[in-house]
Amino acid sequence: MNLSATLLGWHKNPKLFWPGVIMIAIALIALPFVLAMQGTAWVRIANFAILYVLLSLGLNIVVGFAGLLDLGYIAFYAVGAYVYALLASPQFGLHLPFWVILPIGALVACIFGVLLGAPTLKLRGDYLAIVTLGFGEIVRIFMNNLSEPINITNGPNGITTIDAIKIGSVNFGNDTRIGDFVLSGTIKYYFFLLVVMLVVIVINRRLQNSRIGRAWEAIREDEMAARAMGINTTRIKLLAFAMGASFGGIAGGMFASIQGFISPESFVLNESVMVLAMVVLGGMGNIPGVVVGAVLLAFVPEILRYTVAPVQMAIFGKMWIEPEVLRMLLFGFAMVVMMLFRPAGLLPSAIRKREFTKE
Amino acid sequence: MSLPILEIAGITKKFGGLTALADVSFAIEAGCIFGLIGPNGAGKTTLFNVLTGLYPHDGGRFTFCGQQLQHLTPDRIAQLGIARTFQNIRLFANLSAIENVMIGRHLRTKAGVWGAITRNAATRLEEAQIQARAHELLTFVGLDARANDVARHLSYGDQRRLEIARALATDPKILALDEPAAGMNATEKHALRALLESIRRQGITILLIEHDVKLVMGLCDRIAVLEYGKKIAEGIPAEVQKNPKVIEAYLGVAPPQVTA
Repeated sequence: MNLSATLLGWHKNPKLFWPGVIMIAIALIALPFVLAMQGTAWVRIANFAILYVLLSLGLNIVVGFAGLLDLGYIAFYAVGAYVYALLASPQFGLHLPFWVILPIGALVACIFGVLLGAPTLKLRGDYLAIVTLGFGEIVRIFMNNLSEPINITNGPNGITTIDAIKIGSVNFGNDTRIGDFVLSGTIKYYFFLLVVMLVVIVINRRLQNSRIGRAWEAIREDEMAARAMGINTTRIKLLAFAMGASFGGIAGGMFASIQGFISPESFVLNESVMVLAMVVLGGMGNIPGVVVGAVLLAFVPEILRYTVAPVQMAIFGKMWIEPEVLRMLLFGFAMVVMMLFRPAGLLPSAIRKREFTKE
Repeated sequence: MSLPILEIAGITKKFGGLTALADVSFAIEAGCIFGLIGPNGAGKTTLFNVLTGLYPHDGGRFTFCGQQLQHLTPDRIAQLGIARTFQNIRLFANLSAIENVMIGRHLRTKAGVWGAITRNAATRLEEAQIQARAHELLTFVGLDARANDVARHLSYGDQRRLEIARALATDPKILALDEPAAGMNATEKHALRALLESIRRQGITILLIEHDVKLVMGLCDRIAVLEYGKKIAEGIPAEVQKNPKVIEAYLGVAPPQVTA
């Protein structure tokens, strides 16, 4: 067995399982403190990376498990974010606790998921992509315009001073002092997000290896055969949309509370494409792959942002390429290389790998 | 004659100007193997497709166990107890053999999202039962050794048998097989015949589309013959074999009349 196979298959090896888990746990716990030494900005980037992981895992249910291409996924993130913002900000003077709002946000997003799913049941592939893309834009445009005649979303100005999450007396918006030790709000959010992410990963894993997960696989493989085998494809597809949307809604709620401010600008098409790119890059249908894809695409642009300029200055004494330009260049290049060499993703699921191998 | 399990009465199906099925009627007795034969394009597969709800039909009715199948979706029909295989094999090609059969159990199991997430005792028990039943069915069709192989890597004959196992997983009353022997060699056909006979012994009625005349004649209790969407003959194999219309449909010419 070669090294990479040993490393990727560590969790199947009883000798490596617990040491592996402990090492990962230590790394995840130490990460925000290490990043904080570089500046709090990096911890925030880690938080956003986790939000993207949550979004990718949600989209993975729809795209990876059930095989339904959704280009408007960010709409559910928007719905979750707005539900949080409206129920925990001065906008309506409501300040509900997070453990009430996050489930409501998930539920509302879930309803939107079904609303999107119902009319698109008969569509597949390109056609489905176009309708979902339209849906995503409709939601954003609604948020942009729901300031008249009754001001609900405050239009393009967005909603400000959204409450931070509070657990007991611990406010995630402020620093907590424990003796001489200061735990910043950003680091507290990191741990909160980490816990949510682990829960979502466990849920996804269990869904995948269940009767429902198998039904999703069946409709992705061959919808007609799935119907003939007695799978109610209408229900199963709506369930995929609903589950995916709920996770998007939860991620959206946390985004609103971390950021403290949201506006329709955060939910543009580009974000949907980004999340889809994370799923595809990592490996559709494979949970570890999707996590890796999301973390990579969330971190690499930020690393470039902080390194491109100084490196060029050091080498050439002047800036040749703007970090922003280089980012898109590398992005495009990475996509082409991926499609040529690893079309099923960085860590593809066994099934996807089979789909992409010809014989 | 006992009450038929499936009664097909005056079924008509049109695709635009083409009448694929014209007023086709026959009845299938419970526990028998009923053969449906006819030249290519006669409408056999179309009959399967309207029976299993993949297409709506334009006239006539199906009565299954005393219940009319009208405007039912394929999943409802599968639930009532009609399972099928496909002429052009429609397995979940990238999934393993065992997963294919496990998906067949979907219909007869209940675990939902909540059960999947909490993985409670009932769900774990159900999963274990699904697995056990799937292995049982794979053993029954002789594929248990290949349980973890990807469906599309199986040989043609094995894929056909896997499709039968997947259909059996839905606990059908009628198993509708669309050319199960196509692409099989003589040994495989022999095994298929034994398999179909043991399925019948379990009390499952079989509706069989097949081109292999030897197999059909040896296996079926009763045969209906379709040509250009019309039923031209029905009866026990020996009768059908001698029917001049059937011979004409297959050979294209009427046999010379023997004068005494």
